[in-house]
Amino acid sequence: MSRATKAGAIRAILVFALLLALPFVFTDHWIVNIAFFGLMFAVLAVAWNLIGGYAGYIWLGSIAFFGLGAYALAITFQHVPLTSGYLPFFALIPIGIAIGIVSIPLALLLLRVRAATFAVVSLAVLFVAEIFAFNLDGLTGGPQGLGMALPPFVVTTFERPFYLAMLVLLAAVMFCSWYLAKSKFGLMLFAIKGDEDRARGLGVRTTTVKVIAFALCCGFTGMAGGLWAYYITWIYPQFAMDPNTMFAIILMTYLGGKGTLWGPVLGAFLLAPAKEYFAYTLGGSAFYLIAYAALFLLVMFFLPRGVVPTVADFLARHRRRAAVLASGPRPAGEQVA
Amino acid sequence: MHLLIYGCILGILLGGVYGLMASGLALVWGIMRVLNIAQAVCVILGSYLAFTAFTVLHVDPMLAVLPISVVMFVFGVGIYYAFLRPIRRDRESLSILVTYAIAIGIEGALGLIYTTSLQHTGTSYATQSFEVGGFQIPTVELYAFLISVAILGLLALMLQRTRLGRALRAATQNPTAARLLGVDIDRVSAVGFGIGISTAAAAGAVYGMIYSFNPNSHYDLIGILLAIVVLGGFGSMRGAIVAALILGVIASVVFIYWPLWANLSFFGVVVVVLLFRPQGLWGVPNWATQ
Repeated sequence: MSRATKAGAIRAILVFALLLALPFVFTDHWIVNIAFFGLMFAVLAVAWNLIGGYAGYIWLGSIAFFGLGAYALAITFQHVPLTSGYLPFFALIPIGIAIGIVSIPLALLLLRVRAATFAVVSLAVLFVAEIFAFNLDGLTGGPQGLGMALPPFVVTTFERPFYLAMLVLLAAVMFCSWYLAKSKFGLMLFAIKGDEDRARGLGVRTTTVKVIAFALCCGFTGMAGGLWAYYITWIYPQFAMDPNTMFAIILMTYLGGKGTLWGPVLGAFLLAPAKEYFAYTLGGSAFYLIAYAALFLLVMFFLPRGVVPTVADFLARHRRRAAVLASGPRPAGEQVA
Repeated sequence: MHLLIYGCILGILLGGVYGLMASGLALVWGIMRVLNIAQAVCVILGSYLAFTAFTVLHVDPMLAVLPISVVMFVFGVGIYYAFLRPIRRDRESLSILVTYAIAIGIEGALGLIYTTSLQHTGTSYATQSFEVGGFQIPTVELYAFLISVAILGLLALMLQRTRLGRALRAATQNPTAARLLGVDIDRVSAVGFGIGISTAAAAGAVYGMIYSFNPNSHYDLIGILLAIVVLGGFGSMRGAIVAALILGVIASVVFIYWPLWANLSFFGVVVVVLLFRPQGLWGVPNWATQ
């Protein structure tokens, strides 16, 4: 194992150990609740990063699959009796796989276009999903929403099973993201981001690669949606498929550093608590939207590359300078880059 | 059959208004490759300005169109210099996110000033209609259509006949060559963005007489406008206008038979476009796929 991956493994074990300990150390409901949303946004941002960060496609329909997962779970457990509180957690796995498969034909259609056109048609996916959720009221309950059976967990530690399930989901999507980034598949995605036509010319099966990344993103997003539905127990179309949530995911990915492994997680943990806090203090009102817009613009203008790449660059420069100073005057013609 | 023709008539009237909104979007994309998600919220802003002019100053929205256009032109130029000009890298993608942030900022500000309850610019002739060949034509929709066509005509005249229009078209066709020939791309972009915003607001002033609106309405509207631009072809104003008429007719006809699904027809057309002509009606293939 090379030095870089060993450091990465230690970092991952440390982060996940801390996250695992959190609900046992802090048992206050509001802390675990906020941490749950932090994890949820981390899953969503890491999943979005597969297609949005690695392949560079601004995919604005991700939240439609969040809603699809939410409705899939809620509708399933309207017909299946809730024999055990843990049953829905296991039901998420087939739902995630099914959503991933369902997304493939859509991916083949959408990925016919690129760049801004892709962003536009993917936004159309979100609007279409919302129209269906509102109008198919026999299935989704329409604007009245859809309820799920109350989870039979002990009140004092009610949030804990959801938190742990979301943590498992984060571990899974992080493993996926890490494995893709280090494999040949990840290189293909980066090549698509760099220059898709050239990648194609060099023999990268661009469509296959993009479709797989897309399906993984949709599958994980759907699983997070299902878990969210079970946690809040009553879902409405306007919250299950909220354009603001969609752009929040993107903002988190950009803030942390798109295309990096840990950037989306960092962005989610920085912004999700802020989002909950502002929604609470400003009441989800006009002020909330203005604060959100201001934060969005600040990130876009002052940290467009994100925290992780900026800090990594700074550290690399620092280390290089130290190395140059240690090795004395360098021979003529040698580059420090 | 009677209903079908009636739907087509209403669709053309409405399509003209959508055409005015979407042509600004296409113009801005053509000049500077910025996809302005805030276009729809500027329509709603125009509706609110006309609403205020009508309720407070008792000015007819038809007359308020001119001052609103001027004010919103200045607003658009300001937005360009404050938020769009600084984007240097990766403009196509970043502009979507930045204009989205602008859109929710304006939405929040509107919610603060006007609250989120539905408003409607209820002029004296808002409920009137007249009969032509057995069809009841709503007066206000006809006026809205005529105003939109007049503004589009002025815009076309400006683009074809004036020095500024020539600079705008040159910037659309080839920014580098235009710059070499002495066109100040930066200024032209600012003016183009101002025009885009002012057409949106002008359309909004008349839109507010036809439909009820609140600060949240721009989500539905931006979906429609983007569908129009996809069908028309990015950056093509002619395409946007023709697409708006086509989609207006389709949506109106669908509305008559299945009112809940009218908005879906816009996106259904987008799917068909993707399958058979990804670059849209008037688009250049490269634009859609790059």
